[in-house]
Amino acid sequence: MVLSSRSSPLIRPTPNGLFCEAGGFYIDPWRKVDRALITHGHSDHARSGMGAYLTAAPGIGVVRERVGEPAVISGLPFGQAKRIGEVRVSFHPAGHLLGSAQIRVERAGEVWVVTGDYKTQADRSCEAFEPVPCETMITESTFGLPIYQWTAPEVVFGQINDWWRKNQAEGRTSVLFAYALGKAQRVLCGIDPSIGPIGVHGAVEKLLPHYRAAGRPIPETVRAHRDTRDMLKGRGLIVAPGSAQNTPWIRQFAPYSLGFASGWMAVRGSRRRRALDRGFVLSDHADWRGLLDTIEATGASRVGVTHGYTGPLVRWLKEVKGLEAFDVPTKFVGETVQSADELGADLKEAERQSE
Amino acid sequence: MQRFTDLFHELDASNRTTSKLAALKRYFSEAPAEDAAWAVFFLTGNRLKRPIRLNLFREWGSEACGYPSWMLDECYDHVGDLAETLSLLITSRQYAQADSLSVPLHEMIEARIQPLREMEVEAQKAMILATWAELDAASCFVFNKLITGGFRVGVSKTLVNRALAEMAGIDAAVMAHRLMGVWQPSAAHYKALFEIGSEGQDPARPYPFCLAYPLEYEATSDLSVQMGAVSNWQIEWKWDGIRAQLIKRGNQPVLWSRGEEMLGEQFPEIMEAVARLRENLVLDGEVLVWDFEAERAAPFAQLQRRLGRTKVGPKLRKEAPVIFMVYDVPEYEGEDLRVSPTAERRARLEELSFLNEGVFRRSPLVVCPSWEAVAEARLESRERGVEGLMLKLASASYVAGRKKGEWWKWKVDPYTVDAVMVYAQQGHGRRAGLYTDYTFSIWDGEVLVPFAKAYSGLSDAEIRRVDRWIRSNTIDKHGPVRVVRPELVFEIAFEGISESKRHKSGIAVRFPRMHRWREDKPASEADSLDSVRALLAK
Repeated sequence: MVLSSRSSPLIRPTPNGLFCEAGGFYIDPWRKVDRALITHGHSDHARSGMGAYLTAAPGIGVVRERVGEPAVISGLPFGQAKRIGEVRVSFHPAGHLLGSAQIRVERAGEVWVVTGDYKTQADRSCEAFEPVPCETMITESTFGLPIYQWTAPEVVFGQINDWWRKNQAEGRTSVLFAYALGKAQRVLCGIDPSIGPIGVHGAVEKLLPHYRAAGRPIPETVRAHRDTRDMLKGRGLIVAPGSAQNTPWIRQFAPYSLGFASGWMAVRGSRRRRALDRGFVLSDHADWRGLLDTIEATGASRVGVTHGYTGPLVRWLKEVKGLEAFDVPTKFVGETVQSADELGADLKEAERQSE
Repeated sequence: MQRFTDLFHELDASNRTTSKLAALKRYFSEAPAEDAAWAVFFLTGNRLKRPIRLNLFREWGSEACGYPSWMLDECYDHVGDLAETLSLLITSRQYAQADSLSVPLHEMIEARIQPLREMEVEAQKAMILATWAELDAASCFVFNKLITGGFRVGVSKTLVNRALAEMAGIDAAVMAHRLMGVWQPSAAHYKALFEIGSEGQDPARPYPFCLAYPLEYEATSDLSVQMGAVSNWQIEWKWDGIRAQLIKRGNQPVLWSRGEEMLGEQFPEIMEAVARLRENLVLDGEVLVWDFEAERAAPFAQLQRRLGRTKVGPKLRKEAPVIFMVYDVPEYEGEDLRVSPTAERRARLEELSFLNEGVFRRSPLVVCPSWEAVAEARLESRERGVEGLMLKLASASYVAGRKKGEWWKWKVDPYTVDAVMVYAQQGHGRRAGLYTDYTFSIWDGEVLVPFAKAYSGLSDAEIRRVDRWIRSNTIDKHGPVRVVRPELVFEIAFEGISESKRHKSGIAVRFPRMHRWREDKPASEADSLDSVRALLAK
């Protein structure tokens, strides 16, 4: 399939993933290729088994957690260009998680940007998003419906703190589910650590050294297990991946209240079917406004849409914004309501293998 | 409206019965009676008669939020609830003035929503748009729900009853009785919940139904261990009709369904017959379409022809004649018999001579000397056109709701058919965003013909796996419906089967659900229309 109306697009979808022929590399490929440029360390973007990896320098640590110790990973500082084949490549902060990047590809003055996953909201756990001017942009669309409009993060952290205090008053442990990589660390940087002790699941803990080394304000935490149980029970906050729900591990901290921090919590149905006590609407993706504002800020005239609600966003960009917009197929449907748990499970699996 | 909005969101946010109960008690103790009356109305499953046309509501919503209707449809497909979709879209485009939050719930309903029915379309629109502009996201959702109907917030009528009973400091069964019948959302009606003896004041009020637990036992040896001597049990057929209470106290008889709807208009022959009775009493039984020649019940599909009608003409009365199959008498000549043993009430029932005439029948006892004989009788169920057996402890009183060990229903095993999934649609409410509603086909020669829709029976983990499979095996889309590769086989269970002209396959099944995902079976081994039709003959 031809990506754009031009005869030889700079970047095009292939069965392996997005391919830049002029540079001889793939971006976030899902099959084994020689040379992979990686936007960030989530499992649907950073797969193991590639010949060589290139990612933003601050993201090397978390990408390595994902793809394994022996992998050949090099890093490029944010904003610094590197020549690969016929193109110039640079990485720019995506604000999704530590070291997450948008990838800018330039050939003879033609500029393309692949956003990977991104958010425009403030987040103390990672570098702030910067819009990158370009002609052609390939954007994610995980929350590409106008029903998704995020509340300011400080309001959400206030809700989490209040919930934690209330649970404490009732003698319950507060268990907050969040993706092990990214969301968990954002939550840790955002909550009020003076309320009580903070416990983390192993899958969350193994990523903390990277965040601490990068100077991100992660408060003091303990690994939540048998030895710390008495300290956490009834008053602590435990941050864990969603896959920990209904496990014997979680039950040792009973009685507890279960919360989930995710953009999907904006919709009542996805909150209710998970049998949670509380859903906190906190996302590491751009909401509808964020997507549209970003597209506008880049000045892109052609927009490829991938990973999520591609159909409605493509139609909106065409009909309302008058842009050239098209669907970019991916092996991954993007993060979906139900994959929220599975991403956690994935990391847990990786952890098990590494131990 | 603020207090009710807070209650709604507190109930919705919590997953714990104790905290829901606490929230309800707090609300009822604080809210003025005229508001609390409406809260009871909605939380016990009632809804307002729809004040405006839904397609208009949707159209105005699209206008208020500034998104075209195709975008609203996309969002609705994802959210699965119109009220919520509109509140998410509308409130994301504006800042609420939050004025109307100070409007009390009863005023919002009585002064704003109910008058909509009498208004011209333009005035309706102005009222709706003005109210939306005043509301924040939380109350906009509640307002929309008031209009579109159906508050499902994980609160059962039982829980509302418990909260009210605990607040009043009375027995839950008495409160349940006071809550029976048509709920008037008025302050006076609400206050009567807390008055001694008020349950007996309304001559139309039914009793809370005595219900049975399902019996899962198969082996008869287990039965005698669990149930004790068979002689302690009163055994009856389990009829496949509509459970109902027939109330006759004076001149205004009422027929109540278990959902507390009045059924009189749909079954005029029962109302005519009860009006002729000399006795005052309350009868518990089953409405059935009856084959008077064979003296047996017709399939449930025949009864369905009567449902939802306001007028039943002579033709339908002739084609689908009904009877009232009586099995209990909770009240006789003003005396509440519910506390007396089942066997005593049965004796009273035997004395009622009119129960063998016209539209009345007395549900016969199934007399069995042993549990083996009971098990054998159960196997006759299908042949007799019944669903199985009812086992009632002879000493049991007529309780409000279910009580373990007193009334059991022992249903016959369902029919099962292996069928191929062909279409999938996203669910609603808590299953929104997931493909959970499926259509199944069976083989008619080389062709697959749709034969049943089902959406229950799978575990959450299975649903997630099937959902993912559907997303990567879609071969076509028709609106919200995905056509999938005909590969997955499921064992579909159902209770009854009958001929149908409305279905492509020529058959209709009752209560279809997924029994099992047959991952071991290829589509080619699914059942055929011929083999399913063979079940019709049984």
